[in-house]
Amino acid sequence: MVQIILFAPLVGAIIAGFGHRIIGDRAAQMVTTGLLFLAAFLSWIVFLWLPEGTQHIQIMRWIDSGSFQTDWSIRLDRLTSIMLVVVTTISALVHLYSMGYMAHDDQFEPESYRPRFFAYLSFFTFSMLALVTADNLLQMFFGWEGVGVASYLLIGFYYKKPSANAAAIKAFVVNRVGDFGFALGIAAIFLLTDSIRLDEVFAAAPMLAETDVRFLWTEWNAANLIAFLLFVGAMGKSAQLFLHTWLPDAMEGPTPVSALIHAATMVTAGVFLVSRMSPLMEYAPQAMGFIVAIGAATAFVAATIGLVQNDIKRVIAYSTMSQLGYMFVAAGVGVYSVAMFHLFTHAFFKAMLFLGAGSVIHGMHHEQDMRNYGGLKSKFPITFWIMLIGTLAITGVGIPLTHIGFAGFLSKDAVIESAWAGTDGGAAFWLLVVAALFTSFYSWRLMFLTFWGKPRGDKHTHEHAHESPRVMTIPLGVLALGAVFSGMVWYGSFFGSHEEVNRFFGIPEHQVEAVDEGGEGEEAAHAVAAAPEGAIFMHPDNHVLDDAHHAPTWVKVSPFVAMVIGFATAWWFYIANPTLPKRLARSQPHLYRFLLNKWYFDEAYDFLFVRPAKALGRFLWKRGDGNVIDGAINGLAMGVVPWFTRLAGRLQSGYVFTYAFAMVIGIVVLITIMAITGGAN
Amino acid sequence: MTAFDLQAILPELLLAVFAMFALLAAVYTGKDKATPLVTWATAGVMLALALFIGLGEAVNGRAFGGLLFEDAYGRFAQVGILVAAAAVLLAGQDTLVRRGLGRFEYPLLIALATVGMMIMVSAGDLMTLYMGLELQSLALYVVAAMRRDGVKSTEAGMKYFILGALSSGLLLYGASLTYGYAGTTGFDGILAAASGGEMGLGLLFGLTFVVAGLAFKVSAVPFHMWTPDVYEGAPTPVTAFFATAPKLAAMALFGRVLFDAFGQAVGDWSQIIALMAVLSMFLGAVAAIGQRDIKRLMAYSSISHMGFALIGLAAGSQYGVQAMLVYMAIYLTMNVGTFAFIMSMERDGKPVTEIAALHQYAKGEPVKALAMLVLLFSLAGVPPMVGFFGKLYVLGAAVQADMTLLAVAGVVASVIGAFYYLRIVYYMYFGEAEERVETPMSPAAWVMLMGAAAAMLLGVINLFGVEGAAAQAAAALVN
Amino acid sequence: MTVAGFAFYVFALTVLVGGLFTVVSRNPVHAVLWLITAFIGATGLFVLLGAEFIAMLLMIVYVGAVAVLFLFVVMMLDVDFAELRAGMAKYLPIALLIGVILLVELGMILGTWVTADGVEMLAAPVAGEVQNTAALGMVIYTDYILLFQLAGLVLLVAMIGAIVLTMRHRRDIKRQNVVEQMHRDPKAAIRMIDVKPGQGL
Repeated sequence: MVQIILFAPLVGAIIAGFGHRIIGDRAAQMVTTGLLFLAAFLSWIVFLWLPEGTQHIQIMRWIDSGSFQTDWSIRLDRLTSIMLVVVTTISALVHLYSMGYMAHDDQFEPESYRPRFFAYLSFFTFSMLALVTADNLLQMFFGWEGVGVASYLLIGFYYKKPSANAAAIKAFVVNRVGDFGFALGIAAIFLLTDSIRLDEVFAAAPMLAETDVRFLWTEWNAANLIAFLLFVGAMGKSAQLFLHTWLPDAMEGPTPVSALIHAATMVTAGVFLVSRMSPLMEYAPQAMGFIVAIGAATAFVAATIGLVQNDIKRVIAYSTMSQLGYMFVAAGVGVYSVAMFHLFTHAFFKAMLFLGAGSVIHGMHHEQDMRNYGGLKSKFPITFWIMLIGTLAITGVGIPLTHIGFAGFLSKDAVIESAWAGTDGGAAFWLLVVAALFTSFYSWRLMFLTFWGKPRGDKHTHEHAHESPRVMTIPLGVLALGAVFSGMVWYGSFFGSHEEVNRFFGIPEHQVEAVDEGGEGEEAAHAVAAAPEGAIFMHPDNHVLDDAHHAPTWVKVSPFVAMVIGFATAWWFYIANPTLPKRLARSQPHLYRFLLNKWYFDEAYDFLFVRPAKALGRFLWKRGDGNVIDGAINGLAMGVVPWFTRLAGRLQSGYVFTYAFAMVIGIVVLITIMAITGGAN
Repeated sequence: MTAFDLQAILPELLLAVFAMFALLAAVYTGKDKATPLVTWATAGVMLALALFIGLGEAVNGRAFGGLLFEDAYGRFAQVGILVAAAAVLLAGQDTLVRRGLGRFEYPLLIALATVGMMIMVSAGDLMTLYMGLELQSLALYVVAAMRRDGVKSTEAGMKYFILGALSSGLLLYGASLTYGYAGTTGFDGILAAASGGEMGLGLLFGLTFVVAGLAFKVSAVPFHMWTPDVYEGAPTPVTAFFATAPKLAAMALFGRVLFDAFGQAVGDWSQIIALMAVLSMFLGAVAAIGQRDIKRLMAYSSISHMGFALIGLAAGSQYGVQAMLVYMAIYLTMNVGTFAFIMSMERDGKPVTEIAALHQYAKGEPVKALAMLVLLFSLAGVPPMVGFFGKLYVLGAAVQADMTLLAVAGVVASVIGAFYYLRIVYYMYFGEAEERVETPMSPAAWVMLMGAAAAMLLGVINLFGVEGAAAQAAAALVN
Repeated sequence: MTVAGFAFYVFALTVLVGGLFTVVSRNPVHAVLWLITAFIGATGLFVLLGAEFIAMLLMIVYVGAVAVLFLFVVMMLDVDFAELRAGMAKYLPIALLIGVILLVELGMILGTWVTADGVEMLAAPVAGEVQNTAALGMVIYTDYILLFQLAGLVLLVAMIGAIVLTMRHRRDIKRQNVVEQMHRDPKAAIRMIDVKPGQGL
């Protein structure tokens, strides 16, 4: 069954990509979408009736080279099943939605472009599934790069637009930095454990924690180093601070792509990676601290930038980045279940927000600047309600101190509580709370600017604004269900009592005790040598989950308070007193410009890396390649060799005595060599 | 003469007897009208003998009191020689007749040369070696000059004869030195004479002269000078023969002498073989660039290839011999195919050998052009053609024998050499429009061309099992 | 010095002098004659060794056939050796250098010459009833039958080669047919025609 889930998108991609000339545009869309719905349906079955324990389903022998042996097999456990559900469901809905969204396109008409789009989407889905079902790191890397390629293709889907091409290249190049870290991490793992099978790597994790390895200029703790390198990969893919600059630009892609890849699935691959590698991460405290720091900083920085952006998609993009920061904080403090919880709920409401925004953009003839929106509530009734639900979900509306609320309420609060417990109320906690305030502010700002107030901008556009067709609104409705209920239904599973979480993730109860008891002696060695069971692993000393449950009430209420303050400020700024934002911007020009220009990351990178790299490239190209290499090769090929050729031609005189003479000289040379060295050997 | 002696010499005997009977039969019947029949019969007998030797019961030992060695090494070379000779005969038959050279003596001279080659590769004594060598050479001198009214052909035959005599002189001088210092001409005896302690300078000099004589036959630099002139002057089917079976015979004989007679002095001869290998590879590659005539080009190509094969010998190991044998097998296949094409080149019924005539060839004859492309790529050593694996084999042998520099030189030479092969491909596919060459082919020649090209591609799978046979042969020789 | 010893030196000197003058004499006819001298010296040496058969072979085949053939060829072709030598003159210095090097190196191996036990005896003619020719025949047709037969093949190839390269069946020339000539009848061959004056045929 899992094989069908994995390969259905690939089959769809191949049929749509190569066969659309035969079967036609319409059929290609139908096939890919239909296969995705099949995969999604099966995924839910797998998710709801997941068998006990971790399953390994071998597909084929992949590489067999010395001690490097790799299968291609599916690892099926709770973590996989969560990701399967998220990926296939969102993907299926996005496929359906795209049938409406991509129906017309001035850039490509009358060329056939839809099969290409659907083939890319399906290919992306396959790669993502390959990533999440990976049973070894190489397979994961394959999926990792596959989604990178798909992302590149889809961001640059409007390849006639230079900005789209630039964004695609940027996404690819920035990801390369992260992938380099990931690849190094895999190499380090293979070097130290002689295996890249997850089970064997996990079994070796305690050993790694006690190993030192030389890297660059000094000795490192192996577990920390590997965890750090893997996290660098995650940073690239999940757009964490310093490697985040590609994500806002990636909004150049079609909006369904933004919803699928750059909100719900691919960008969460980093979180998935950290959770998947939890048995290793648990032995790498410094790396975990780093993850928390980066996650919290990302959440905060992205939220501040989101405050002032005017492009509707960019606001949501920064919001995505910010939410990813939340997930990393949760993972970093050691409650992977909560990270996965937020990933799970976030996928629904963020995809919904993107698709809602897409619906608005679609209806507004590809106008994306919110300053040109306003008062669209009546034009887009369904979209309005959807966006409202999404906003309620992302800002975390719910009844405090109960488990009733929108999805974001439950998962985000869980993250913040975990952050408090994991850092003892440290900076990370406060950054997240402030970020929650900002989240609330910019989300409501988006709502107010778009749906309330008077119509601004081009009148003509506003008059022709229309609600999207059914094929686009139905997926929104389905996602809305998820945004409302996914938190409440699975709260217990992800963030309930220890036992409940353990049961959900298939962690055996006795395992903790076994490790506890076997502090020393053979039994310990035995216990350590086996990979920990269960989808995630929490070290016996890791009590953050329990501590988070026992957080003081003010901690539990704080995100709610932040949300209310954010909402109130937004209301005051954009409904009650609409001129205030402009005045504020004018009175604080530097801060405003700083935020508007996204903390000047792009400019700094351009100065620090891009321009020196280009200069170096130009130098190597012109001087190194052009003068030195080409020069040497040309000199050799056009000067030296022909000279010898002419010489050989002259020697070949045609006279027998010349030939005989050459032979005699030859024999003399050979005899001389023999006479000098003869018998020496 | 014992039964074993007879068994050992049986294939050669049969071929020689066949040649004599066929000679008489043809003389008293149709003379030159019988040429096609004689050719096919000769090729048939050769192939039958190849099968007989290859599949027959393997007996090893010394025949005629040590004059003749019967072992897997000799059998491998004999099969290769017979198959190559038969293939070239069949491929060239039609062309020779069309060029007015359909003499019935030709296949019989080839048959007798083949007898000589078969004797060469299983020689166990310097005298046997010399008799085999001369039997082969004499037949080749004659066929080189077979177009007796053509200046170039007679000149080729004459040059080959005179220089061949000189090389025979060197060889005989070496043989007499060896005899003088070892007290015997038998390989076993020479090996025993050297086994006592280190090899005396007298034996080493004898070895060197023998090597020089053999190097002439494989056309290794600096004993190669005859090759381009003879290749160019001789009728193309004859050139095809020169480039194939005798090369394998001489190379196999080289290995036979070096290991069976002078196996105690590997360190001594390996350096001069390596020197000749490097010189051959580079000269072959560099000089070929300047050629306008495809037959001269193939001459330099074969010089270069012999350099590569010599690398295998220079390695001085069992693996090296195996590599050399595999390389030679691949080389023969490539050359049979390539020459099947070259000998068909003509314009208005007259043979054409300028490379420039191939301009735009692919437009008219896409299939043959593709086959040639495969063969030329393989000759150049471009993966995944089999030619690449041959090179890889010998270079690997050099590396194993700690002769990394030699291997590096081989790689550089093959890069230079690739140029002229690829230039032909360039002409065929992208050349300027010119009057195209015609290549009417007999079915046999066509089969050779296509078969060789297909072998270059399909051989990648397992080299048609040559590897295993070569390994056995090498083991028989070195141990 | 015994008579045999004296004879040895005479013959050896003959060979050396003959060989030297073969190379250096300017007149090719003289060179061939010097060559014959060298052969005769060698014949003498073989006789001294007791190898009469080879001695006679040398005399009959080399002197009687090969050398005389050479002489004919040289005289008929009228090759101007002086002209050929002129081309070689410019290579003479380097040729000399190479020759000297080769000589020196070959001289080196003289030092390593070892005479095996019993070689002296081997060199002496076999005493007894067995004649030279019979002794040769005994090894040629037994131990060395292979080589002997191969030599036969070599000669066969040489014969075929000579025919292939030189024999011509020309159809455009008249050949003499003796039988036809003898049976020629003048009556059949000659026709008398009475030609009248003033008229043509």
